[in-house]
Amino acid sequence: MKDAFGAPQSLLVLGGTSEIALATARRLIALRTRRVWLAGRPSPALDAAAVELRDRGADVRTVAFDALDPGAHEEVLGKVFAEGDIDVVLMAFGIAGDQARDEEEPLAAVRVAQTNYTGAVSAGLVCAGALQAQGHGSLVVLSSVAGERARRADFIYGSSKAGLDTFAQGLGDALQGTGVQVMVVRPGPVRTRALAGRPEQPLSTTPEAVAGAIVTGLRRRSETVWVPGSLRVVMSALRHAPRPLFRRLPL
Amino acid sequence: MSVDTVSLTGWGRTAPTTAVRFRPRTYEEAAAVVRGRGPRGALARGLGRAPGDAAQNAGGSVLDMTGLDRVRALDEEAATVRCDAGVTLDRLLRILLSRGLFLPVVPGTGRITVGGAIGSDVHGQDHPGAGSLARHVDALELLTADGEVRTVTPGTALFDATTGGLGLTGVILSAALRLKRVTTPLVSVSTERATDLDDLLARFTAAGSDRSPYASAWIDLLARGRATGRGVLTRGEHAPSSVLPAHARRTMRAPRTVEPDRRPTGPLLPGGLLGRTATALLNEVRYRSAPRARTGELRTTAAFFHASDALPDANRLYGRAGLVRYRFTVGYGQEETLHRVVRRISARRCPAFRAELQRFGAAGAGLLSFPAPGWTLAVDLPAALPGLARFLDGLDDEVAAAGGRVCLAQDARMRPETAAAMYPGLGAFRELRAELDPTGAFRSDLARRLAL
Repeated sequence: MKDAFGAPQSLLVLGGTSEIALATARRLIALRTRRVWLAGRPSPALDAAAVELRDRGADVRTVAFDALDPGAHEEVLGKVFAEGDIDVVLMAFGIAGDQARDEEEPLAAVRVAQTNYTGAVSAGLVCAGALQAQGHGSLVVLSSVAGERARRADFIYGSSKAGLDTFAQGLGDALQGTGVQVMVVRPGPVRTRALAGRPEQPLSTTPEAVAGAIVTGLRRRSETVWVPGSLRVVMSALRHAPRPLFRRLPL
Repeated sequence: MSVDTVSLTGWGRTAPTTAVRFRPRTYEEAAAVVRGRGPRGALARGLGRAPGDAAQNAGGSVLDMTGLDRVRALDEEAATVRCDAGVTLDRLLRILLSRGLFLPVVPGTGRITVGGAIGSDVHGQDHPGAGSLARHVDALELLTADGEVRTVTPGTALFDATTGGLGLTGVILSAALRLKRVTTPLVSVSTERATDLDDLLARFTAAGSDRSPYASAWIDLLARGRATGRGVLTRGEHAPSSVLPAHARRTMRAPRTVEPDRRPTGPLLPGGLLGRTATALLNEVRYRSAPRARTGELRTTAAFFHASDALPDANRLYGRAGLVRYRFTVGYGQEETLHRVVRRISARRCPAFRAELQRFGAAGAGLLSFPAPGWTLAVDLPAALPGLARFLDGLDDEVAAAGGRVCLAQDARMRPETAAAMYPGLGAFRELRAELDPTGAFRSDLARRLAL
């Protein structure tokens, strides 16, 4: 159960090797979290993440989960929920793709869309149903600022996140009054290890900052969280910029 | 019986969860709900005055007991009453006062049910003399997991598990209470101001202080420096009829009809008013307007015991995030811990408006009952205060190190291991529950969170 400050006792991470998810898990373990499930494709990285979190005092278990195999979601996630209440589900899986290559290879683009959107729709609905049955819990969905307005530089990834974002907002409204909270997190460009060395973009953020914002959002029972917070203002302006102007912006 | 799906919180308005709420009007309907419960169990709920999640059952059934509100038998000769669990203490007090009777234990709010009061084994300002409510219960009717109604009497293991048992042993359907007699509905109140915490504790224990059974103090937790822990001590005793003028003595016991409660309810106040500055100002005014020393002031019982009930929805004052109540007790001889806790709250400048210090006498037999000999301090704090979670964990450690405990019925945030360390009766409680209710028919969010 979550306590009065929204700190969960159990956490399920979908996409168990995500840097943002692991940073969040570390923070939550420092609060109240004792049971952690890391769901992801079996890999040494997943096991290493489990070992690291275990060292911090949590009871960590891993479970094989593939976003591209929605047929198995019900069974895999059903088993996790059958083992006990899950207070927070963190949907952190997703791939950035490679815009230039994806434009050449439609199948690669489809993979981005299937992972980020259809996989998330399936997993999100399964988790929402399970949370609704237990009468409490939060579903944290990692969206992206890229989904807020299409950019030349990453519109394939952006469109998948736009779909996910809209889905999560609607799901949150559908779950109003059921005791389940859906929180949409919209970080700016995140400086993960994979992106190290690239030129720094404006309003970018770090996995640690996103994790901090997620913990705060859980405490405040927020519906939407922007990281950094100033993105909310910036994007509300950019959202209305005329397209001829937006195209010319150095974004 | 009405049935609906609702999102429920405690009085603190934190951690909402959803349950199916049933409102039984007879014992049979209540038994049917317990028998037909789903896998997530059932739980009785009264007026939802527990600040935390004690009366919530996420995804399960919640029995709203306020529909069971009949006073079944009132024996004026023997001074006993038998009533349903859903009767509120407010209503019961008004009925009793019109007959020269009074509840043996009156907690800080009248807006709780008899069942809830027993389930959290409430205490009053006269705990050193009167003990907690369980001491005055003659018998209980308890609806257990099999859907049967059992009569539970003091001295049995089930009674000790049920009083203060947070509704986890079954649904209390009715209770027989022993009452006390009063000659007037008035309380003779004496007030004194204490300049710091040492002064306050000394006044509490001063010679002759046990003449007035009721005593509690408000502490100004925003006072700093030499004034840290200053407060106002209020004592009271039931006024004898000699304090009333002659005409009032005749009519005193006359009104047999009970006026319905007409105090307003509903959101009258905007939320989030109690910031640090506003609270500091209010506390200053409250402290300075209290008399240095005054005796013999007459107040009605409602004004003396339940002054805070006059402000409906006072919980909304703490803003959208709600409030967290921190109530703990430390034994006599552990005053240094009490000092440290008060100093830490005061140094942190928490906007604490409600802060109440009382004394406890001998503990009762309830396995999870909170009162234990010593001092008890209750503070209401806005849940939105940054860093409050960790701060209160730190206070938990102080209290546990001093052999004290934090009140379960009012908790919304403790760690399971802390709770287990503070309540040595928990092992016996778990054993009894496992034996009586192996499928876990009665569950609450509090029990899930603290693994009770």
